[in-house]
Amino acid sequence: MAAATPRIIVVGGGLAGLSAVIKIAEAGGKVDLFSIVPVKRSHSVCAQGGINSAKNLKGEGDTPFKHFDDTIYGGDFLANQTPVKAMCEQGPAIIDLLDRMGVPFNRTPEGLLDFRRFGGTLYHRTAFAGATTGQQLLYALDEQVRRFESEGKVQKYEGWEFLSAILDTKGACRGIVAMNLRSMELKTFPADAIIICTGGNGAIFGKSTNSVVCTGSAQAALYQQGAYYANGEFIQVHPTAIPGEDKLRLMSESARGEGGRVWVPKDRNDKRQPNSIPETERWYFLEEWYPKYGNLVPRDVATRAIHKVVYEHGMGLDGQPMVYLDVSHLAPERQHKLEGILEIYEKFVGDDPRKVPMKIFPGMHYTMGGLWVDFNQMTNIPGVFAAGEADYSIHGANRLGANSLLSCIYGGFVAGPKAMEYAKGLEPQQGDGGHAAELIRQQQYNNILLNNQGTENPFQIWRELGDTMTRHATIIRYNAGLREADQKIVELIERYKKINLSDKSQWANTSFAFARQLYNMLQLARVIVQGAELRDESRGAHYKPDFPERNDEKFLKTTKALYDDNSDAPKFEWEDVDISHIKPRPRRYDATA
Amino acid sequence: MPTTIEVEIKRQNGPDGTGAVENFSIPYRPNMNITSLLGEIALNPVTKEGKATTPITYDSNCLEEICGSCAMLINGKARMACSALVDKMLEEGGGKIKLAPLSKFPVVRDLAVDRAVLFENLKKVKAWVPIDGTYDLGAGPKQAPQIQEERYPLSNCISCTICMEVCPQFNDVTNFVGAATIGQAKLFNMDPSGSVLKEERLRALSGDGGVQECGFAQNCVQACPKGLPLTEAISDIGRDVFVQKVKDFFRA
Repeated sequence: MAAATPRIIVVGGGLAGLSAVIKIAEAGGKVDLFSIVPVKRSHSVCAQGGINSAKNLKGEGDTPFKHFDDTIYGGDFLANQTPVKAMCEQGPAIIDLLDRMGVPFNRTPEGLLDFRRFGGTLYHRTAFAGATTGQQLLYALDEQVRRFESEGKVQKYEGWEFLSAILDTKGACRGIVAMNLRSMELKTFPADAIIICTGGNGAIFGKSTNSVVCTGSAQAALYQQGAYYANGEFIQVHPTAIPGEDKLRLMSESARGEGGRVWVPKDRNDKRQPNSIPETERWYFLEEWYPKYGNLVPRDVATRAIHKVVYEHGMGLDGQPMVYLDVSHLAPERQHKLEGILEIYEKFVGDDPRKVPMKIFPGMHYTMGGLWVDFNQMTNIPGVFAAGEADYSIHGANRLGANSLLSCIYGGFVAGPKAMEYAKGLEPQQGDGGHAAELIRQQQYNNILLNNQGTENPFQIWRELGDTMTRHATIIRYNAGLREADQKIVELIERYKKINLSDKSQWANTSFAFARQLYNMLQLARVIVQGAELRDESRGAHYKPDFPERNDEKFLKTTKALYDDNSDAPKFEWEDVDISHIKPRPRRYDATA
Repeated sequence: MPTTIEVEIKRQNGPDGTGAVENFSIPYRPNMNITSLLGEIALNPVTKEGKATTPITYDSNCLEEICGSCAMLINGKARMACSALVDKMLEEGGGKIKLAPLSKFPVVRDLAVDRAVLFENLKKVKAWVPIDGTYDLGAGPKQAPQIQEERYPLSNCISCTICMEVCPQFNDVTNFVGAATIGQAKLFNMDPSGSVLKEERLRALSGDGGVQECGFAQNCVQACPKGLPLTEAISDIGRDVFVQKVKDFFRA
């Protein structure tokens, strides 16, 4: 049997990772936490609008089952239902716990938690802390982990990047290889089980609402080591982001939850200032097309509507790909609840959104797909678990707003104890469990990259990857375009082999670390475009004009990509979806009944 | 409209390396920020004089001023690189932008510095709520909206350390913990459950490097990118520390 105290490695210090760490430390396990950035700077900090749970504090008759149904319906029936049901049932207890940790949730006059509306539901189900809920939740969990750290139960490795899992002769995980981002040293760390909580892969699309570290590199490394990557083609494009030079900055759905409205002038040549355009001369297209949900239709629906208004109707503002998101009519106390995001707009654009409508356009936002996991959050590699945005479960073909924070915490809370359970039953490793061989493999990779003689710049390859992915694999997809994208990625992989790093030093070499991530991004990009090409239907965020309907007969299935060494390309399998609780039905948000 | 952006960057290849300045001339585009400017250099790392060099090392992550990573000196002033817009900085710098690392923290390389001291300080003041466990214990205590309104701004601290950088008292002589840590102590003292550790927090802030080191320069509150009420927190904690000292004196 394994040692009495299981040793678990958690990779990634966002909400999912910290949740797993807390559960393991609480249960007496020994946990090492690896993160590229200080965990308090993880991407969860960017979540804005809130966290869902059917607390039913507004007398609306909301229940965890209704939350479950909205989530499954919102995800167009692609999510396995059993874990989603469990998550929704745990929602109220998770909110209570966060409240007890001191999260400054907004309150009602009576001192209870306040709830706001969000997309894809008709209930007030979203608890929030202003418009910086992710920041507040991340900090609360970070504080609890700091407490465990000061008690010696958690060892943090901040500034270390996960490179690969160490697999023994039977294929079970025995640790990781990580790189110190200052000394660039490679080192192996032993573990009985590891939990991958490394978030989404926005960087594959160049510009997105994601943070710089969201490259999907860790997931892609594991995929190349034999882990299934599931539903890669499902990428959420958020309807309301501020277009920017370096990234697309999110304008939270809470802006619409608090009463914000999306519109364009009815006359495409209208040159007046937006505030001087009378109500009757504005086209509130979401409210017109979706009278029941209005501005709070799910994100994929709102994104396609904006895309249609701009590109089919030619109604973008000043002929540009932008529409108005307007909160200028809201009462000051409503605007006050949105302070955090209104400040972002003001700082980065220069206009005051309290007074003038914001100009927004859809932007790549969330990775529904991810590492395939079973209902215990374990991948097909024994001892490798995953949670949060890095895994594929929960959100199906489209994530509902304010479900991500909940799914991260839920996933971490399942993965932590399940990893402990697995570790306790693990047979002792034979020999060094594969440590030396994996370290050599990673060192050789580094040497190749450092000694390459070529002319290619990794940042240039990244830019071209982002352009291709955004053009062919976001809102609207055609098979010809997806094939073109795949060919382009193959070309980029070839060019990657000719990268000549301008910085070959071995101290805090950020472009070297980036070049390593880039290779993994290229491999994962192929999973995304090939998965999209093979899925000849439209479901949730995956939309093909040539196949506009959902096709349950052929495609009510999880896409599973497996890396094939010989062809250096993904191979695909499909798995039936668990529909044991709710029978699939057509997904129509335009119906008024 | 300028055709190029002139940038002067203070570089240092490691903690012990000496500083050297490099100049860059980047093609102008409207609506750039400092982080996208640094991205342009990575794409083509060549100095103004045409000499091949290396991409600049700096910390960044969210690029929307919420993760706290990218604090640096821009035109001599401590601020976040992501929300520092090139057009404004050019105007301010008279057509030129100067970048340098924060001056009060050990340099890692170029514009990246080591700010771990803040996270250590947060341990000293036990900036957390000591919950019994993560199992389901039902709802937390009711809390008046007024308390949330007072706590929330303090909870917006992004740990950028700009308040420490600009503070004349934050140096090796005083060992001052700095405004951010004091703000967090107040945040947790105000929480109904967090207040159980109030006395320990106040004692941690009463000795060497504690709240009394503050010299009321008020630089922190002016420089804080998130507008935290830092001087208010310092004066509240200062008062509480004094009361605690008196109590401890009579108890002894």
